[in-house]
Parts: sequence; structure tokens; C-alpha cells
Amino acid sequence: MSNALVSTKKRFTGRKVSLMISGWTIGLIFLAPYIEMLITSVKSKAEILAIPTTYAPQHWTWSNYVTIWKQLPLAQYLRTSIVVSLSATLLVLLIAVPAAYYVGRNKFRGRTAFLFLVLVTQMFSPTSLIIGIFREVIRFHLVDTWLALILIYAAFNLAFSIWILSSFFASIPIEIEEAAWIDGASRIQALRRVILPVALPGLITAFIFTFISAWNEFVIALTIESSPTHQPITVGLESLIGQYQVQWQYLFAGSLIAIVPVVILFALIEKWLVSGLTAGSVK
Amino acid sequence: MSVATSAVATKPLRKRFNAGALPWIGPAIAVIVLMVLYPAYTMIKTSFMNIDETGTSHGFTGLSNYRTLFHNPNLVPVLERTLIWTVSVVFFTVIISLPVAQVLHAKFPGRRLVRYALIVPWAASVVMTSTSWLWILNGYYGVLNRIMLSLGLIKDQVQFLGSPTQSFAWLILVAVFVSVPFTTYVILAGLTTVGEDIMEASTVDGASGWQRYKHITFPLLRPALLISMVINLINVFNSFPIIWVMTTGGPGYSTDTTTTLAYKITFRSADIGQSASMATINFAIILVFIALFLKVSRWKEND
Repeated sequence: MSNALVSTKKRFTGRKVSLMISGWTIGLIFLAPYIEMLITSVKSKAEILAIPTTYAPQHWTWSNYVTIWKQLPLAQYLRTSIVVSLSATLLVLLIAVPAAYYVGRNKFRGRTAFLFLVLVTQMFSPTSLIIGIFREVIRFHLVDTWLALILIYAAFNLAFSIWILSSFFASIPIEIEEAAWIDGASRIQALRRVILPVALPGLITAFIFTFISAWNEFVIALTIESSPTHQPITVGLESLIGQYQVQWQYLFAGSLIAIVPVVILFALIEKWLVSGLTAGSVK
Repeated sequence: MSVATSAVATKPLRKRFNAGALPWIGPAIAVIVLMVLYPAYTMIKTSFMNIDETGTSHGFTGLSNYRTLFHNPNLVPVLERTLIWTVSVVFFTVIISLPVAQVLHAKFPGRRLVRYALIVPWAASVVMTSTSWLWILNGYYGVLNRIMLSLGLIKDQVQFLGSPTQSFAWLILVAVFVSVPFTTYVILAGLTTVGEDIMEASTVDGASGWQRYKHITFPLLRPALLISMVINLINVFNSFPIIWVMTTGGPGYSTDTTTTLAYKITFRSADIGQSASMATINFAIILVFIALFLKVSRWKEND
């Protein structure tokens, strides 16, 4: 009896150790390019061009971060990224929540047509439509404006948010809502006070997906935004890639400045992410 | 009881709100029509028009842009490559994400940190991630050369992005790298729905780990897999930054997919009409891809 117990325990810890090793290896692999970014960002110019390259910097040149901050209007780029991404995300939620709620809760004429329309938008990427988008932006005099980016990012992220939120709303028992109606709440009040709190993981997931895709978009911003005051950080850093020489240390320092805030944001909602995706993956 | 009440309570409400679907879904339709369908329409229209380098239109030319495109000697190799690109990236992404999700679903010390590590490539811009890979793979100063030299795997510096075939393999690897995190999380979400009690019951029944996975877990993951594969299919097919940053589709056109080729025709050759026809064909291809995929995976049966 006690022998059996010991052997189960042993097997158990053996399993744990192999899980730990594989888990940590996975983590390291997926962090590797960013660790290399960090290492390169604190190397001196001479050390970057050393052959063979050094694993760790010999002199930790943290001043690279100060230099890049002075050399490029990074604060300006970051401001554009934040304003554009936040506005696009809020716009998506404002539009997607009522649509997803209605679609998740009701059968109505045109529902299938609407869902088909949403599915079709999911298949386009802004890059694939760049010619059409560019011609439209010129036509409506939106070249080099934030508004163009906000509208485009919102439109192309709408489908995913509607999809994930409608599965969420559909999975919430109607009884919860009815209880609110009986208490005299209007449908919109019920949505706001009863349904939205329950749908929070779905909302957070939709928020983060849209925000990240807007924050990281590159091609459209590169095509539409010509003045530095309107360029997001992804485009702004491009100027460090010269025709003959790339300033790797500055490029990576700038990249990390752009990456770290989103990673923190993403990490904060990590525990909601799985439950947020669950409704969508079951439906 | 609750079903009956719900039917009674819902009916008048449904009726009342039924006429008013538009306030709820109208804004979404407006944004989609204005910012997605209208550019799509403009693009398709442009594919039948003669437009010069300055963007001035010289009217409709019928199928002439398509004819030019079909005579482009790069088209067929690029189409073949796009097929290989899409299928292999989606395939390897799923094959790698399944075990990764299984590990991250189990409990072990440091799991939270590993999960954080996995979201980094997802949260980081693909342009920046690709740039880092480009640097790692650099034939003179890249760290991969150093690692392989240290391990004795190579004797001299290697130009990893030297030949088209090798470059393309690395591009696929980087695309898989950035696709695995999202896919893993969708599978993780699927795994949470499998439920501990089912797993325990089957353990008691004496099913081995692999048997349990094959007969219980995997079938239950089907919806999650299907969704992540469709989304990956679309994203990978439309993927632009990885190829653009690492090889710009070169040398020549040797690592282009249809997406980067369309961009090249637009901004290098300034042939807007031909580029629009390439983009239009791209959209047709993705439609066919998805239709085929849904047919193969028998989506309807699952509904």
C-alpha cells in the first residue's frame, strides 16, 4: 500500500519535472528574439559589428535608449500610436457590442446575411485592399490624418469582436436578463447592468485584440501617414533602416519601447484571455 | 418551468424589438460597407481600368490588366509558393500548438511566467519580430552563426538567407513562430471546456494518456481547432511584414507570395491596374481556400 503510494508520488514528481523542463524551454524559445533585441539594444556600435558576435554586451550601453529618445520624436510617435489604437478600439466596442448582443440574442430576418457580411470582412486584410483603401482615402481627403487610420483599423477588427462577443452573449442564460426585465429594467439597462459584467472576459478579449492589431499595424500607416506628427511608432522606427546600413542598437531600443507597454497590458489580462476565447471556441 | 416562462416573457419582447434590428447592427453595417466593401469595390473596378503611374484614370480596358498579369512570368511560381506557404505554416502551427497547449494546460512551477512569455510574440509587432529574426540570422554578425559555430555544427559563417529555398524555409519558421501563440491560446480555451471530471473518469477506466488524448481530448478540441485554422489560414495567406522585412520577396521574386507580389506591382512597377487584378485574384483564392477547408473539415455536419 505504502509502496504503491510512493511510486505514484515518484511518477507524479517525474511528470512535474518533465513538464517544467518542457514548459520553460517553450518559454525561452518564444522569448529568444526579444532577449536578442534587448542584448543588441545595449551594445555599442563597435560591438555590434564584431565577428563573431558577442553573446552578452561587453559594455552595457544603456545610453542607446537616451540617444534614440533624443534622435527620434519617439514621444510623438507613441502619442499617435496610443490615440489611434485607443480610438479604434473604443469605436469597435461601441459598434460591436450592440450588434453582437442583438445577433447573439435574436433570430431576425437578415441575420444570416449580416453574419455572412461579417465573415467576408474577416477574410480581407487591409494590406490586400491597399489600392482600394488608398484611393478612397484620397477621395475623402483623409490622407495623412489620424481619422483614416482609426476608421480603417476599426473596420477591419470589427468582425473578430462581433464574432467573439456574440458567442459570449449567446452563452449567457436568458433567465439572468429576464430577472432584470422583471425588475423593470429596460433592455438597454439590462444589457449595461447585467449582461456586460458577465460578458467582461469577452469584452476584454475583444478590446485587447483590436488594440494590439491597431498598435502593430504597419503597411497602411506607412502608406497613408506622411508627416512625422501623424506617424505611429511602427512607421517612425522605419527611418532607422537605411539603404546601406541599419542602426540595429537604436532600432531595437525603439522597438522594445514600443513592445513593452503592450506586453504588460496583455499580461495583465492573460487570465481573462482563456475564458474570453472559450465562448468563441465552443460555439 | 423556466423554459415556459422564458417563452412567454420573450415573445412580446422579441416582437417589439424585431422591427428595430437596424439601430443595433446598423452602425456595424455602415462601417463595414464604407471602410471594407467600398475599397473592395474600388479595387475590383480598378482591376478593369487603365490607370497610369500618376493615378489618373484612362477609362475601362476590360480584361487587359488580367492579361498582363497572366503573362507575368513570375505569376505561376508565386502562386505555387503561396500555396506551400499557407498550407505549411498553418499545418506546422497547429502541430506545434497542440503539444504546447497541453503543457501550458498542466500545472507546473513557473507556468504563469511561461504563459506570459508565450504572449510576447503575439503582442509584439510582427514587423519588429521579423527584424529581430533578420538580425539573428545575419550571415556576419548574427547570433545563430555564433551559436552554431560554438556547438561545432558549422565550420564557417553561413548565409542563412543566402539561397531562395533556405530563405523561404526560414520565412515559414518565423511565420509559425508568430502564429503559435494565438493558436495555443485558442486550444487552451478549448481544453478548459474538456473538464476535469471527464478526464478523471477515463483515467479510472484505465485509459492511457495517449488513448485519452486521442479519443476524448482531441475530438472535443475540434471546434477550437477549426476556428484557429480558419483564422490562421486567412492571416497567413494575407501575411505581408515577415516576407517584406526579411527578404522583400527576393532575391528577385524568389520568395514572393501573391500578397507581396501585389504590393511590388503597386509600388515598384506603379502598375495600379495590374496590381488591383492581382489583389482581386488574391481574394478569390482566399475564398476558394476557405470553402475547400470548410468542405474538407465538414463544417456543416458539426453545426
